[in-house]
Amino acid sequence: MRRQSMMPYLAWMLLFIIVPLLLVVYYAFTIPSETGNVWSLENFTRFFEPIYLKVLWRSVYLAVLSTMICLLLGYPAAMIMVGNAFTRKSALMLLFVVPMWMNFLLRTYAWLTLLERNGFINVLLSALRLPRLNILYTNSAVILGMVYNFLPFMVLPIYSVLSKIDKDVIEAAGDLGANSLKVFMKVVFPLSLPGVVSGITMVFMPALTTFVISRLLGGGQFTLVGNLIEQQFLVVGDWGFGSAISVIMILLILLSMAIMSFFEGEESEVALW
Amino acid sequence: MKNIVELKDVSKLYDETVALGGIDLVIKKNEFVTLLGPSGCGKTTTLRLIGGFEQPTTGSIFFDDVDITNVPPHKRKVNTVFQRYALFSHLNVFENVAFGLRIKKLSENAIVEKVDKMLSLVNLSGFEKRDINSLSGGQQQRVAIARALVNEPEVLLLDEPLAALDLKLRREMQHELKNMQQQLGITFVFVTHDQEEALSMSDTVVVMQDGEIQQIGSPVDIYNEPINSFVADFIGESNIVDGIMLEDRLVDFAGSRFECVDSGFGKNELVDVVIRPEDLVLIPAEKAKLTGVVRSVNFLGVHYEMIIEAKDGARWLVHSTIMEPVGTEVGLGLEPMDIHIMKKVG
Repeated sequence: MRRQSMMPYLAWMLLFIIVPLLLVVYYAFTIPSETGNVWSLENFTRFFEPIYLKVLWRSVYLAVLSTMICLLLGYPAAMIMVGNAFTRKSALMLLFVVPMWMNFLLRTYAWLTLLERNGFINVLLSALRLPRLNILYTNSAVILGMVYNFLPFMVLPIYSVLSKIDKDVIEAAGDLGANSLKVFMKVVFPLSLPGVVSGITMVFMPALTTFVISRLLGGGQFTLVGNLIEQQFLVVGDWGFGSAISVIMILLILLSMAIMSFFEGEESEVALW
Repeated sequence: MKNIVELKDVSKLYDETVALGGIDLVIKKNEFVTLLGPSGCGKTTTLRLIGGFEQPTTGSIFFDDVDITNVPPHKRKVNTVFQRYALFSHLNVFENVAFGLRIKKLSENAIVEKVDKMLSLVNLSGFEKRDINSLSGGQQQRVAIARALVNEPEVLLLDEPLAALDLKLRREMQHELKNMQQQLGITFVFVTHDQEEALSMSDTVVVMQDGEIQQIGSPVDIYNEPINSFVADFIGESNIVDGIMLEDRLVDFAGSRFECVDSGFGKNELVDVVIRPEDLVLIPAEKAKLTGVVRSVNFLGVHYEMIIEAKDGARWLVHSTIMEPVGTEVGLGLEPMDIHIMKKVG
């Protein structure tokens, strides 16, 4: 009975996850030749050229940076949401959730017009006689786009864990002599770690592989790993190289998840929403 | 003995509802005080005010004659055992108990020594490395008690700490708590809605209702001399009927006149007459002023619980070791000193 009810799910996974993944691995380990595709590691060795390593390095750097910014902004935001009265809580929650109802591309395009040389922000700044902000097509704009798009993924898991912490436990810590700072350091933060870990994972992974944000806000000249993969498939047509980079990215993400779950401890369940 | 905690005209309002309506309470050093009452009577609010988790709307709280009304919890010399234990699930048993000591920055040796001593006091030696979630309810309760006591508080507040335990464990813990309190010489303020628990453990019982203190006294006083019908009804089971005080030491109820020991009421004042079920004795009907027919019999182990319906329709609850079968007409005998006369409330 139970096995049967799992069948459609298994079929779905097979069709849309396992098969594409196997295809990616197949392309990654083969190169085209006159006699058809032959097994080769050439796609991988090519990736370790300095020019591509630099792309990888920049992707990791930007992803780590924007994940850290998301954490620094998201944790206090989640705390404010938990600490507030119910009505204001849901209003704040709505502020974070409403943008997510809008298409990801549209949201990012909106930033493009906001940040333009004669866009809304610069018009406002010059009206206030402040220097113009020319960050479009720079690292800063890409990070801004990532933080803006991925912040909810940081806030929501942390919020969900924080809101489940028993008020009694916080009172107990105060009762035992801990001031607010110590209560946070010794009780609230350790108890919220599963949320932090899942927030970091949920921001870092899409930030590492994004190609839309870097293309729109970083301009054409800004290549991240995501853009590199996209180019190989859509522009250059080198499916083998694109697949190899994808495989490397998958391994990197699995590695980072393993590291995160190590920090999370063995038994605490991953708290998503 | 010296006063340690003193509440002066303390009230607490939540929005518009009165949780506590201006109470005065004095707790003496080394006393085992129980705040007893039905849920919503303000007993937990009182405890939280002493612990510092709530601020009184009016009034002041004194600790060792110092006003601590605005002192935050972490600076008060009291510790609390919470109803649902409130243990730190990210720490093991040892670290839970050591929490307060680490905050105080004691040396590692001192911490180990104190925690070991406390864990053996609560019979949890050998559980140091155990995960909190792997403990049973009773064990978690002991950790919560050890975690509070290890800080050597002058007053320990306990908010219905035994409510979640089964009857047998409750009894054991009641004994252990009482022993600990006597051994350590710490003032205990214990909140419960269980009157039996209150009577068996306390030096002083504070009966509360609707945010007001109804009566303060020793368990014996509270049981034998309840101040009003609420206390009488809440502490143990009681028969409460309307009566008229004809004169001092003479009361009319259930269609007859009875001698009693109370005086000081107005002539023909309407009163509540309270009679404990164990004070009613089954006697032959022809010898009794109070007669009725046995309507139900319940065997409760030590005694039978019977309901006797009188002719006027009143139903008398009787506890007796002798039993009469359902349908028998019986008489109820009672001594003057077993008739408790109380002013009508409200």
